Amino acid sequence: MDITINVTDGVPIYRQIVNQVKYLVASGLLQPGEELPPIRTLALQLKVTPNTVVKAYGDLEIAGVVQKRQGSGTFVSEGRQQLALKERRRVIEQRIDALLAEAHQLNFTADDILRMVRERKAAMNPGNNAEPAEVEK
Amino acid sequence: MEQAVVDVTGLSRSFGRKSALEGVSFRATAGRIYGLVGANGAGKTTLLKHLLGLLRAATGSVRVFGLDPVRDPVGVLRRIGYLSEERELPEWMRVDELMRYTRAFHPTWDAAYARELLETFALDPAKKVKELSKGMRAQAGLLVAVAHRPELLILDEPSSGLDAVVRRDILDAIVRTVADDGRTVIFSSHLLDEVERMSDHVTLMHQGRVTLSGPLDDVRRGYQRSRVRFTQHFEHPPAIETALAMEGGGRTWSVVHNGSLEQFHHSVLTLGGEVVESRDATLEEIFLARAGRSRQPVEAA
Repeated sequence: MDITINVTDGVPIYRQIVNQVKYLVASGLLQPGEELPPIRTLALQLKVTPNTVVKAYGDLEIAGVVQKRQGSGTFVSEGRQQLALKERRRVIEQRIDALLAEAHQLNFTADDILRMVRERKAAMNPGNNAEPAEVEK
Repeated sequence: MEQAVVDVTGLSRSFGRKSALEGVSFRATAGRIYGLVGANGAGKTTLLKHLLGLLRAATGSVRVFGLDPVRDPVGVLRRIGYLSEERELPEWMRVDELMRYTRAFHPTWDAAYARELLETFALDPAKKVKELSKGMRAQAGLLVAVAHRPELLILDEPSSGLDAVVRRDILDAIVRTVADDGRTVIFSSHLLDEVERMSDHVTLMHQGRVTLSGPLDDVRRGYQRSRVRFTQHFEHPPAIETALAMEGGGRTWSVVHNGSLEQFHHSVLTLGGEVVESRDATLEEIFLARAGRSRQPVEAA
């Protein structure tokens, strides 16, 4: 499972795992019914305490993203819609806040940013851009 | 309360006139990883030596598995694995002799695990300890510290001066100790990113005292790092009530602070500034702020 931990930006590690698994599920890189790595395996891969992975998987289960099956492992929940609108908004809003703060520092207005977002979107090849459509379902 | 693997209360210790530990209390329960942080001379090694029975508690009490490690060294030490920063190993022994020697003290020795580690580390069993490189010596020390699958693994600055490969071997051993059978690890380190990744519980020591201790999430809770911009120039950091450390100069400052974010915004506003950005502080930022701007070297890998 492709997860990267960064300890320089102050986000607790279990939350980094939760956010990235949610992203992998929402973008279809993790499929419904697919098994997540066992706790020990992921802890060894990321070099984090196993209890952090336990906590992350627990949060993901409460959020309905994954399910634990007795005596086997942790699996991505069946059914398409895992992320509630509120959750999806929260993920994006965090990025927007950071962007606006950075823009402010560099003397761009919010309108400048909106215009730049549209320009960047137009510059992207729409054919390679299946991900946002996935997330929107 | 959960049965404690380690229970230290009110431990004080001095060497001559120099006080090394002052009223230190520390508790560890099974299945968790405890990170011990502090500058050189903060008392970490002295505390760990008390757990091993190498030092006798002058004031206060030390219990490991409910036993006094000084009065019952055999009962305690056979259940502990220990790797010291100096990796004190008998120089004249060959690696295979070191393994046989250690095995004799530990009825729980897991020969298959020992063999697996020997192969993973690519250690030559016929080599003498004194012929080993620094990294190989650490690997040999780690092997004999974990191959009896100790209930408590104590590592004193295990990563100190080692390259990335051997550091990874050490972190793997820590994860396996906890993940496989819910045993306990206590390790000291000055690599704060390592502590942040590997610890369930963090204890910060400063000049022989415990200054901060608790589950990692609790320790970090409430600490923020903000970027602040003022309209006027400040030669020296302006006084902000909840600020623990400020870096920068002129109009732009980076502040580590605790308490309510709203109050912080208010304080900055009163000084004619604004908060540009806030995020949770990292363990390193909290540590540096709490260590009172001391110039002690703290490395971040």
